[in-house]
Amino acid sequence: MARNVTTTRKATVTVVAWTIGIAIFFPILWTILTSFKTEAEAIASPPSFLIFDWTLENYATVQERSNYFRHFMNSVIISGGSTVLGLIIAIPAAWSMAFVPTKNTKNVLMWMLSTKMLPPVGVLIPIYLIFRDMGLLDTRTGLVIVLTLINLPIIIWMLYTYFREIPGEILEAARMDGATLRSEIIYVLTPMAVPGIASTLLLNIILAWNEAFWTLNLTAAKAAPLTAFIASYSSPEGLFYAKLSAASTMAIAPILIMGWFSQKQLVRGLTFGAVK
Amino acid sequence: MGQITLNKVSKSFGEVEVIPPLDLTIEDGEFVVFVGPSGCGKSTLLRLIAGLEDITSGHVDIDGANATNVPPAKRGLAMVFQSYALYPHMSVKKNIAFPLRMAKLGKAEQDAKVKAAADVLNLTDYLERKPGQLSGGQRQRVAIGRAIVREPAAFLFDEPLSNLDAALRVNMRLEISELHQTLKTTMIYVTHDQVEAMTMADKIVVLQAGVIEQVGSPMELYHAPRNRFVAGFIGSPKMNFVEGAEAAKHSAHAIGFRPEHVAISAENGLWAGTVGVSEHLGSDTFLHVQTDLSSVPLTVRAPGEVEMHYGDKVFLTPDMDKLHRFDAKGLRIA
Repeated sequence: MARNVTTTRKATVTVVAWTIGIAIFFPILWTILTSFKTEAEAIASPPSFLIFDWTLENYATVQERSNYFRHFMNSVIISGGSTVLGLIIAIPAAWSMAFVPTKNTKNVLMWMLSTKMLPPVGVLIPIYLIFRDMGLLDTRTGLVIVLTLINLPIIIWMLYTYFREIPGEILEAARMDGATLRSEIIYVLTPMAVPGIASTLLLNIILAWNEAFWTLNLTAAKAAPLTAFIASYSSPEGLFYAKLSAASTMAIAPILIMGWFSQKQLVRGLTFGAVK
Repeated sequence: MGQITLNKVSKSFGEVEVIPPLDLTIEDGEFVVFVGPSGCGKSTLLRLIAGLEDITSGHVDIDGANATNVPPAKRGLAMVFQSYALYPHMSVKKNIAFPLRMAKLGKAEQDAKVKAAADVLNLTDYLERKPGQLSGGQRQRVAIGRAIVREPAAFLFDEPLSNLDAALRVNMRLEISELHQTLKTTMIYVTHDQVEAMTMADKIVVLQAGVIEQVGSPMELYHAPRNRFVAGFIGSPKMNFVEGAEAAKHSAHAIGFRPEHVAISAENGLWAGTVGVSEHLGSDTFLHVQTDLSSVPLTVRAPGEVEMHYGDKVFLTPDMDKLHRFDAKGLRIA
């Protein structure tokens, strides 16, 4: 039976979808709006939605009080660095699991995934102590290492899924054509997996950018990224909603813009292999 | 040079032995076809020669040197895969040049060799295209081009024509045979299609369950199959077998005769039967005749214009000189 999509049905679905969409987006929208209010308006009850004195004052104060650009650069270095390092480790790892699987490959994959179930706070103290002894506290290097490690299971899983889609015969053809293992990975596997690698890269930049637990606990000032920048506005001396919102907006803006422009790539990446 | 020798080569996957130890010599310049039903181990055997699978025991020699532990890249063999296995992100030109690039040849030399191969294979107009923009036959040519430029000691073909349509398959069959005549390089060709085996091979290796049933020229296999399996596998349509009293008359457990070696007549003959389904191919007609000799109908080749129809009573007379006799174990009785 052909499905009869009635106008009422369409309308209902549209309304429901928009309601859910707005409900999800609303906190972000509210943060952005609040960032343009004065502190008084920000806590006014009832709150004003669009009719208020729009001001850029919060942004100026935030930039003045804490160096936004330095935090921004830290975020870029930490998320970019951990993603690149992660890919360098994950590509050969995923290659071996996808193309030369052993009896235990599935177990290794499950074990890696299981590490993501562990509450990070459970290992905070040992890692903190190790970092302290190695002089990695409040360094970008330290954060790159820790973020690489926590995101590695996801990077490997994603790449593994992509690589599995690549016919093994093509790699065998490369081997027959005289390619060494290195050439095989560089000239054949990686270019063929570019869409997959790109979406893995994007997703990991986003994950690393948004990571707050380790970045807050292992940094103080020098290596502090944007997450620490936001957190510094929820201070015990009292909440400054408008300034907090301005800081948040500035922190999420870059990743929001990047995500917006790469959404097609991301969706394709995350559903890769699901449909042929 | 391209002489390949397998000495007591065997292959097991875990506990399962897919190829029991076997010996085989492939002479330089020979066109050898491995043929057998699906799952008989013919592709595995080819992959053992290529080095894509590790040998469980025994050794493979290429031109007299033990190559068992030599990686595939260093064996000097080129392979054409069933799926073509072209690099989708590279142009035709880059695909063909890839082995040369891996061998670190100069750019000018690469271009010259690619051009020469493209000329031979009629690919000159397609050099800038990606594999995705080519037809099946063209892709197959690119795969062959990539193999030729290496000037390998031997070519390995793994069912290269099975993804092509029937007409193209015949063309490519001729092209590959032509290529062998020109290059005179050893070629090992795997197929499940006995027609390809018969038409292309200098030497056919018939495999079943990882065991070599017979090695010989197409005509040797056709005229003197070593056992019932080979007799039934080589030749199209397949050989008819009759067991029981009729076979006992020839002091055999079973007798076999090919459809082309039986005379059919409406008036008289040795065995009576009834015409069942007939297949008209134009030049020939294959009649399936039901007799009392066996439960399955016997296949008979008749001229294209034969006037025999479903349900007609007919008589069959096999050519006694071309009768094959087999014992209870299925082996040929000389």
